[in-house]
Amino acid sequence: MHKAIALGAALFAFWLVLSGHYTPFLLAMGMFSVLLTLLIVQRMDAIAPEVTPSHLRPGLITYWCWLAVEIIKSSAAVARVILSPRPAIAQKIIFVPTSQTSDMGRVIFANSITLTPGTVTVETQDGYFTVHALNEAAADLAALAAMDKRVSAVEARR
Amino acid sequence: MIGILVQGASWLSLGIGAAFILIGALGIIRLPDFWSRIHAAGIIDTAGVGFITLGLMLQAGFTLITLKLLLIAVFIFITGPTATHAIANAAFAARLRPFALAGDESGTFDSGKKKS
Amino acid sequence: MNMFAAACAALFVAMLLILIRSFMGPTLYDRVLAVNAFGTLTVLLIGTMGFLTGRPDFLDIALLYALINFIGTIAALKFFRYRSLGKAAPKGAARQEDA
Repeated sequence: MHKAIALGAALFAFWLVLSGHYTPFLLAMGMFSVLLTLLIVQRMDAIAPEVTPSHLRPGLITYWCWLAVEIIKSSAAVARVILSPRPAIAQKIIFVPTSQTSDMGRVIFANSITLTPGTVTVETQDGYFTVHALNEAAADLAALAAMDKRVSAVEARR
Repeated sequence: MIGILVQGASWLSLGIGAAFILIGALGIIRLPDFWSRIHAAGIIDTAGVGFITLGLMLQAGFTLITLKLLLIAVFIFITGPTATHAIANAAFAARLRPFALAGDESGTFDSGKKKS
Repeated sequence: MNMFAAACAALFVAMLLILIRSFMGPTLYDRVLAVNAFGTLTVLLIGTMGFLTGRPDFLDIALLYALINFIGTIAALKFFRYRSLGKAAPKGAARQEDA
């Protein structure tokens, strides 16, 4: 039940941000549409356990800042590869071991790998990801292991 | 003074974003095969979107518009890699393989397949 | 020189290049990738256009387009993988496909 309430609050906040008009009639309409959405989601039995990310640590913010810096660095590296007269491409498939325990942690790690230009998560298996890397510099297992450690630190222990 | 600084930062951010987007589009045209083009599209999805929305946010100041821009950026940052992963995974399942894998990687590729 | 106009011009050029790839693309996946990137750039273009014409309300449309773009990409991939949009993917269908 508290998950449904949290979902409803999040939806209503989203509605408030998008609306920008705060007259009683429009607020009532917003409330009505939120309730309708909740009813449909309830009927679909689709209220996911991850609906509130409250089980993640506040360290997520610092992780995002770190990730932004990493993204800019590797974007510049890939941009250099594209702009060089003869692109130095040495494609590799690497296997990255993962240490996350929850699905949410694994999703964060896989998306972080894909977000960093130069590496793309191709397949997820138990305990490791299959990752495609553009070149030798991108296929840095030590850097990926460091990222893995950071994600595991952010993820909540159950 | 602050206003000029914010304007300058916003213009710089828009310029960097536009440059990253042009480079990414060039890469999508120029790189030799699908697996390398994915990385060029990755530049657009991350650096391009990030810098352009940052520039627009600096223009808007603290209003509802900034919040909407933030929503767009967060949404693209979550769905972008998911879509990229879905495309890569579909291509992988359809047995599309990178051209010119470095070293003797074809063996690695198949052993990874068997383990799953 | 208006910076928004310059950004819009850069976005137009990039979209043109990506459109060329989506027509040329040797494989299906090249095309899907190009269309996905095209959609992302469309979102940015709509947003920047809104600022250029002084009507930031365009951002609502941009947000909506971002949602549609993601769903569209996933739907296209699902259709080409399972040849159906309605049915849920059978468990381990990808594995059987490979074998």
